[in-house]
Amino acid sequence: MTISIEDVKRTAKLARLEFSDDELKNMTKEMGTILGYVEKLNELDLNDVPETAHVLQLSNVFREDEVKPGLSNEEALANAPRVKKGHFSVPKVIGE
Amino acid sequence: MENFSIRSVQKKIKNGELHLKSIVGEFIGRIEQRDDLNAFLAVYKNAALAKAEEINNKIRSGNAGSLAGAVIAVKDNMAFKGGQLSCASKILENFVSPYDSTVAKKLTAADAIIIGKTNMDEFAMGSSGENSSVKPAKNPHNTSHVPGGSSSGSAVAVAANMCTAALGSDTGGSIRQPAAFCGIYGMKPTYGRISRYGLVAFASSLDQIGPLANSIDDLAVILQAISGNDVHDSTSAPEPVPEFSSRFSESIEGKTVGIPRQYMTEALQPEIADAINSTKAKLIAGGVKVVDVELKMLDYCIAAYYIICTAEASSNLSRYDGVRYGFRAENAKELDEMYTQTRVQGFGKEVKRRIMLGTYVLSAGYYDAYYRRALKARTLIRQDFENAFKQCDLMLSPTTPTTAFKLGENINDPLTMYLQDIYTVSLNLAGLPGLSIPAGRDSAALPIGLQLIGKPFDELSLLQTGYFLENTPDN
Repeated sequence: MTISIEDVKRTAKLARLEFSDDELKNMTKEMGTILGYVEKLNELDLNDVPETAHVLQLSNVFREDEVKPGLSNEEALANAPRVKKGHFSVPKVIGE
Repeated sequence: MENFSIRSVQKKIKNGELHLKSIVGEFIGRIEQRDDLNAFLAVYKNAALAKAEEINNKIRSGNAGSLAGAVIAVKDNMAFKGGQLSCASKILENFVSPYDSTVAKKLTAADAIIIGKTNMDEFAMGSSGENSSVKPAKNPHNTSHVPGGSSSGSAVAVAANMCTAALGSDTGGSIRQPAAFCGIYGMKPTYGRISRYGLVAFASSLDQIGPLANSIDDLAVILQAISGNDVHDSTSAPEPVPEFSSRFSESIEGKTVGIPRQYMTEALQPEIADAINSTKAKLIAGGVKVVDVELKMLDYCIAAYYIICTAEASSNLSRYDGVRYGFRAENAKELDEMYTQTRVQGFGKEVKRRIMLGTYVLSAGYYDAYYRRALKARTLIRQDFENAFKQCDLMLSPTTPTTAFKLGENINDPLTMYLQDIYTVSLNLAGLPGLSIPAGRDSAALPIGLQLIGKPFDELSLLQTGYFLENTPDN
């Protein structure tokens, strides 16, 4: 499986990233090399092997639904790049 | 160099031979003197000196915590309320932590002094320290060589005696590899041993916090203080915490150590293979049985690891969108443009590369071919260890295939850089504890590190074996 410049562009869009033409070429080459390497896994017979997403055999960890102190509105907004009337403020969502 | 180990400092302060202020002063002096090593991103000079007075009094009056006298440096991906938390990334350069991580709370509660936040590869992604968006840390043994990564500054600070010990985080070797390159002790505990609440997430099924120190004693005392189940982290394990700090020096006679046959390849630097052999001889002389074991999955670990860690990273790092915190690109007219420009300008090259790889392996049409296969390979890697552990109590392996490489040597070749992690990533995939111990120098006088691998939640055997080797002189 080889990766094309178009694949890289499509992936960048999904990841909310953008690259110049030169960067795209480089990224395609580097991703191609790494993806080529990881195809080593095709040598393994994995048909009947279960997946491991997480090593701890924990299921959901539940707790009582209690009110506990959290961040104040002011604290939660303290790191925001732009704040308006106690809310996060962003550029307009709908285009022209 | 005076012995500033935690317990000896406590004794000396208690006896009135030493004041904690003078120790903090010495560390700060060394930090300033070796500014060229780029170990720190923030130094809390005044706060540390003020705290020294308070803790010194506590030790004198006999009501001090277990880490009183310890001066600790912390990787800049763990939250301390009111302090910076940059992950050495532009996207978090002005971020101020609104709360304390659990490790921050535990360190403070045990009376440790926090001397500063250490340099790292951006978002803990890297094996050399060169991916820091601020400045690359340098190896104190030879400044033209890398200190390893991603907990670069933590390893440098400990090795260059800028602090008693440090905390790092390890997703694929980020504590053990820099510890090896800098000639110190570094432990990645079992997945779940230490709460990650307040640790910036990179790859959540792999990340673990751990200590770096100049001695097993200090490592054990710190591990004791920061381990344990935490209501704030549902992935922390409800396992009892052994008495690390009183039992690390117990005898290892009668234990069996396995050496994975597949790990002793021709690609391994011969001096590191020699170190394995001389360590093996010491263990046998100490009444330990040494056996060969099989770990057949070695060749597949890097492939599985770089699929899983990039997949998880692409998801974890989607939160950096310029809305709620961190850097925001200016002049974007619409929301989508703001998201994209924030990420384009805020993330460095390696972080973008990993987000791209992770997004690709999770995307429709490729999920089965890459991500699902990697999760299956992960099962085989776990089983490989489970089988090998039927024949031994712990294992001995190299930490790295070579000693510290030169700055710039691998930076333009991501795959070669990834292959540096060949001996370390499998432990994260299987959730096992690993301890890198110093084992002499190579012909260029660069430190060699060896890795002890334990069964789940058996950090104690690693500490005991490390302690035995620390106190058994070379022939």
